[in-house]
Amino acid sequence: MTMKSPYRIIYCLNQFFGGLGGEDKADHPPCIFDGPRGPAIMLQQRFPEMQVVKTVVFGDNYIAGKTDVAVAEVLALLKNSIDFNGADAPHLLLAGPAFLAGRYGIGCAAICKAVQEEFGLPAVTAMHPDNPAVAEYRKEVLIGVAEKDVMGMEEGLQRMLALGKKLIHHLPLVPEEDNYILQGRRQNYFAEKSGAERALEMLLHKITGLPYQTEYVMPSFDRVPPAAPLVDLSQARIALVTSGGIVPRGNPDRIESASASHFGTYAIKDVAALTPEGYQSIHGGYDPTYANQDPNRVLPLDVVRELLQEKVFGSLHPYYYATVGNATSVAKARDFGRDIGQRLLADGVQAVILTST
Amino acid sequence: MLTIGRTWIRELKFGREWSLRDHILTVEKNGLRTFLLERDSRIDKIVISLARPGESVRILCVKDVIQPWSKANGEPAGAGLRQVLSNVTVVTCGKIVGFQEGIIDMSGVGASYSPFAKTFNLVLEIGVVKELTARQHEECVRETGLAAAEFLGKAVLCQPPDKEERFASLAPPVDPLLSRIAYVYPLLTQGLLHDSYLWGKNAGNGLPQYIEPHLLLDGAITSGNCVSACDKNTTWHHQNNPIILELFRRHGRDLNFVGVLLTCEPVRLAQKEEAAAKVIEIAGNLHLQGVILSKEGFGNPDADQMMLIRKFAEMGVKTVAISDEFAGADGCSQSLADTTAEADAVVSVGNANERLLLPPQAVILGPISDFTRLAGSYPQSLHADGSLEIELQGIIGATNELGAQTLSCREI
Repeated sequence: MTMKSPYRIIYCLNQFFGGLGGEDKADHPPCIFDGPRGPAIMLQQRFPEMQVVKTVVFGDNYIAGKTDVAVAEVLALLKNSIDFNGADAPHLLLAGPAFLAGRYGIGCAAICKAVQEEFGLPAVTAMHPDNPAVAEYRKEVLIGVAEKDVMGMEEGLQRMLALGKKLIHHLPLVPEEDNYILQGRRQNYFAEKSGAERALEMLLHKITGLPYQTEYVMPSFDRVPPAAPLVDLSQARIALVTSGGIVPRGNPDRIESASASHFGTYAIKDVAALTPEGYQSIHGGYDPTYANQDPNRVLPLDVVRELLQEKVFGSLHPYYYATVGNATSVAKARDFGRDIGQRLLADGVQAVILTST
Repeated sequence: MLTIGRTWIRELKFGREWSLRDHILTVEKNGLRTFLLERDSRIDKIVISLARPGESVRILCVKDVIQPWSKANGEPAGAGLRQVLSNVTVVTCGKIVGFQEGIIDMSGVGASYSPFAKTFNLVLEIGVVKELTARQHEECVRETGLAAAEFLGKAVLCQPPDKEERFASLAPPVDPLLSRIAYVYPLLTQGLLHDSYLWGKNAGNGLPQYIEPHLLLDGAITSGNCVSACDKNTTWHHQNNPIILELFRRHGRDLNFVGVLLTCEPVRLAQKEEAAAKVIEIAGNLHLQGVILSKEGFGNPDADQMMLIRKFAEMGVKTVAISDEFAGADGCSQSLADTTAEADAVVSVGNANERLLLPPQAVILGPISDFTRLAGSYPQSLHADGSLEIELQGIIGATNELGAQTLSCREI
């Protein structure tokens, strides 16, 4: 009986490092080889517990030019040559290091992203932080920090391997130790000093010109350009949407009073106005006393009906959509907005009265 | 000169009479209950319990936490000897008024997030008569908690404290080369159960104003608000404001602490602009180099904080702001509801959306039936075995924006 290698690895390289050729082979479609090639041979020699079972080689022009097609071809090659559910299933995919090479970087990162989604296979690449692929893929793909050029090959290989082992064994990444490109995910930890002590130290540094590091870098704010105004209000179909937590009494969809995980869709076709018997506020961020006395104060169905009778606008969408804005993350709110927006567009709604609290 | 005399206890128990001997505090439960019931006829029932560090106890729907204190009659506010029980609190809890009460776990993973897992807590579960409005309910519970903390302090704080800390006047000149630093201290004043109290009066009017920090350490501010548990500044936090304490410690050594600008967090944009302008006007007379900005709450108050940062930057004053984050359970969302490019020095006190699984506790104090309506919990929060799945948001003081905790947050 032979000892099995503890780590089976799929390796991905561009045409140059994969030994197909130089710029003349940059348009080569992806192909697959048994065993290691190029840097993968070096990896296996340095770390005998690594067994590179397959090497995928792609032309970097080809993959950067039509990434979706090329990645689909890579996935097909892998599917046809590897049993991802079998006893010999691979543990990890490594791609690169791509250093500062932009097209190569895109190829490595796009393949990593695709195999982790398609096969659930841990995947790691490495490149220089200024590689253009970093900005596009860092949040979804684990990217080790590599030097600008091939002089940093050995270090890059070691780094990918160390990160890969962490992924395989589900070990937490440590920003100050693991030399990878941060992935935009906020994680709590206990600092040594209290927030008040840290704040004063930071202020004294800031005033005296000593270096300091903010603990939260301001995001670039997502500004949504307003839609063009309605041409003819009298023909327009209007919908009501609220983040003020107005729901049918009893909260049938169990929308949370803070950090809402979903929104509710409620028919108002036969509702003349909201009544305190029929509707309530479940929003946890404001005193609901006055909204509960008259829910129209937050979702103004009563006035909208009057305006409809006066033919100020064309028609009212027969459903309203409600969620709770309190502590709901911006990312979640964006998802709700997209989802509700698509439904409204599909139903021919031209304008929305959006109420918050 | 204000002197804070601190006394620590090593045991809290019930007994036949009030006493504080050998660092053992004995509470005479019936006398306290009678006193509280007699002073407010709106109280329907009051259950008094103890929650001590390390005990398997969970306190639900906590409204406020107060440090018991005592001051001799006739001594002016901000001066004289204020005696406090350093590691004792009065915790008020009861049926939900505004969805934003919180929890305290005395053991398990939840205990590492709240300062009150380390204190000896006298827990008052307060029920009120049916006819009360939400505002009256809130007022009754708030005033009962304060009365209990004062009663407790008066009953036992009659001997010399374990330790005295002196807070001298800021007036004598210090090294003129030290940076002049002020603290801008916003109180949640949004109305509708989101109020703070200055000398017992709603702080919504009369702010911003300059205030001597000695007054603040002498209990000038009390909490009456129902903002989420994690970043609600409880009365205990106001009594022990860590920024003020740290500024005093460094005064004359690393910096020149010139005082506190107490300000508000109103709802309307025009009020926010007016308040920020007033803060800047007062600050203009103080010749500042730097300002520490704290916060209470999130979302709407983000706008107040960002506005102040921007205006201070315009006048050339350096700022550091303390804020918590709402980055989503996965940590991938933008953390704040408002931003400004000038906010280049922010201390993060944690992502309040992080989810925790808190192990079951043997004793539950407070109304369990209300738990799943708490901000930070969700309908499936309460598991059959008694464990709780909640957001950090639901734990009292977990992401305190006065910087009381060591919790922080970083990008990974």
